[in-house]
Amino acid sequence: MMLSTPKIKSSGIIVEYDGKRALHGIDLDIYPNEVAALIGPSGCGKSTFLRCINRMNDVIDNCKVSGRLMIDDTDVYDPEIDVVELRARVGMVFQKPNPFPKSIYDNVAYGPRIHGLTENKDDMDRIVKKSLKRAGLWDEVSERLDDKALGLSGGQQQRLCIARAIAVNPDILLMDEPCSALDPIATSIIEELINELRERFTIVIVTHSMQQAARVSQKTGYFHLGNVIEFGETNDIFTRPQNEQTEAYISGRIG
Amino acid sequence: MTDQATQTAQSKHLKKRYRAEKRFKFFGLAAICSAAGILLVLLGGLTQMSIPAFTHHYVTLDIAIPETTIQAEQVTDLAAMRKVNWRGMVRQSLRNEFPEVTDRRGKRAIGNLLSGGAGDALRDKVLNYPTIIGSTVAVALPLSDDVDLLLKDLIDRSLPEENRVISDRELTFIDHLEAADRIDRRIAWFLFTSGDSREAEMAGLRSAAVGTLLTMLVTLLFSFPLGVMAAIYLEEIAPKNRLTDLIEVNINNLAAVPSIVFGLLGLAVFINFFHLPRSAPLVGGMVLALMTLPTIIIATRAALAAVPPSIREAALGVGASPIQVIFHHVLPLAMPGILTGTIIGLAQAAGETAPLLMIGMMAFIVDTPMWIDDKATVLPAQIYMWANNPERAFQAKTAAGIICLMVFLLLMNALAIYLRKKYEKRW
Repeated sequence: MMLSTPKIKSSGIIVEYDGKRALHGIDLDIYPNEVAALIGPSGCGKSTFLRCINRMNDVIDNCKVSGRLMIDDTDVYDPEIDVVELRARVGMVFQKPNPFPKSIYDNVAYGPRIHGLTENKDDMDRIVKKSLKRAGLWDEVSERLDDKALGLSGGQQQRLCIARAIAVNPDILLMDEPCSALDPIATSIIEELINELRERFTIVIVTHSMQQAARVSQKTGYFHLGNVIEFGETNDIFTRPQNEQTEAYISGRIG
Repeated sequence: MTDQATQTAQSKHLKKRYRAEKRFKFFGLAAICSAAGILLVLLGGLTQMSIPAFTHHYVTLDIAIPETTIQAEQVTDLAAMRKVNWRGMVRQSLRNEFPEVTDRRGKRAIGNLLSGGAGDALRDKVLNYPTIIGSTVAVALPLSDDVDLLLKDLIDRSLPEENRVISDRELTFIDHLEAADRIDRRIAWFLFTSGDSREAEMAGLRSAAVGTLLTMLVTLLFSFPLGVMAAIYLEEIAPKNRLTDLIEVNINNLAAVPSIVFGLLGLAVFINFFHLPRSAPLVGGMVLALMTLPTIIIATRAALAAVPPSIREAALGVGASPIQVIFHHVLPLAMPGILTGTIIGLAQAAGETAPLLMIGMMAFIVDTPMWIDDKATVLPAQIYMWANNPERAFQAKTAAGIICLMVFLLLMNALAIYLRKKYEKRW
């Protein structure tokens, strides 16, 4: 595993909001087809780091990112890079399910449509079907693709958001606490899904639940006050953490 | 003991709180009731005042139309139609009802019972049914405004003759016609179908209503695209810096500028500098558009800001460009709010008179304007001019004009609510 080249290579990523540092130089290597979980107390910078990967921080005023972040051979912060193209390669799923107030079909078809991925309606139908199947939602919605997406349950909505993200065929999926608004049953469905999606995508997931991190991820990074305290195999982090702070957090003494 | 003391103190405090809450509820209710009461009195008073204006009294006379007056094929010939003394014909027919009256004064008094527009009523009848030429037909002719008021009991018969606009002799003529069952009360369609007139019984709202519609059309076409684009740029695209802050403050201030100032601006810029036509809906609409712009910009910005950020993030996340985010997602979701703001702004503009004073739209316009560069006036200006007329019949007409304007505004607001409900999406 370690022999392959990292999919995402972050070296010295610093994020400043209004001159205040939120991240103090993050160095992380995330390898293809693995799930990397980022854990840590609120405000530690794990979501901020996640948003650096697809440059979602760009839309926030007064947010300055420096350092180097490579996806394969592409420098994400190269001024020449097209952010729109980047975001097509790096899909994102958010904390709260946020389907568009459109039909289920249109939600999934939106990405392929704006990127011009299809020639005709049949192609589009195929992409929508494939994406919904991969997101494990097809069997539940195949009969009502034209229904409003907002009529779905929270868990279904979140899977629809995953289908929407993977419809544009990205390499990487970023998930920002995707289960925090869901009940345990919906959560377990999404966790299973993450396990399946790993075969095709590199997944970075921010989570508040350490059990979730232990269940779904191969690598885990512990963030604290804008620093990565420890990053390594999930098993190692949870069974024999090298750092005292990490141990204190995962054993529930702080955080 | 202490427990009991705390309990009584607590229950005392609780009672006090309940009393305060009840008092507050009562004040709120009282405020609503007084507001509703004032509105009811206003609307009730207006409606009551306007009722007489919606009907008018007509006298039905048998009028002989000899072929010597005009040929059937000539009715579309304006010049030939104008040569015929229609007014004389209707007056003569009414005089024929009173063969015993032979003196000049009496004859003139009989003729004056009819409206100045009675001849036009006969002319229109002939124009519409040329086959009646050569026969005698019953034609309903409008009576003069004073006779109409008398028949509506708005002129007191018991007043001494010198204080009454209708003389005793005229009274006997009217009573005679009424006894012969020649007079009836009809709906005054002319209120909606004819333009302004100096004669109360001929004056209608049509030219002003069409003027208002044309003006609103111009206002909408100018203010909606300008306002919405300005708001989108300020809210979504412009960098947040001192310059945009300054622009924002000025837009908010613009909403509070007295409307007459916009009229002066229109006069100085649109008419004197660009030489656009005076008294035209084009200029009126542009001036009102300037006035409506801040309302639309502020409403649009509020509607855009109310779109949840999660939708923007979702769209950005799948790779939509910022402009695609705006046009595919944010704008459709903000549309109900934008439409509501626009229609409220337009309704405000529709009730405006002051800026139109300056550009000559407070004018006596009889002909219905056909396009935006024709001379025109608007409903509120028409109401103001009617209110200034000395004839008593104009009192009711003014109230009727106000009712029509309010119905117009009510319809616009209803449209705003309908559009909002229709395009509103929940997320």
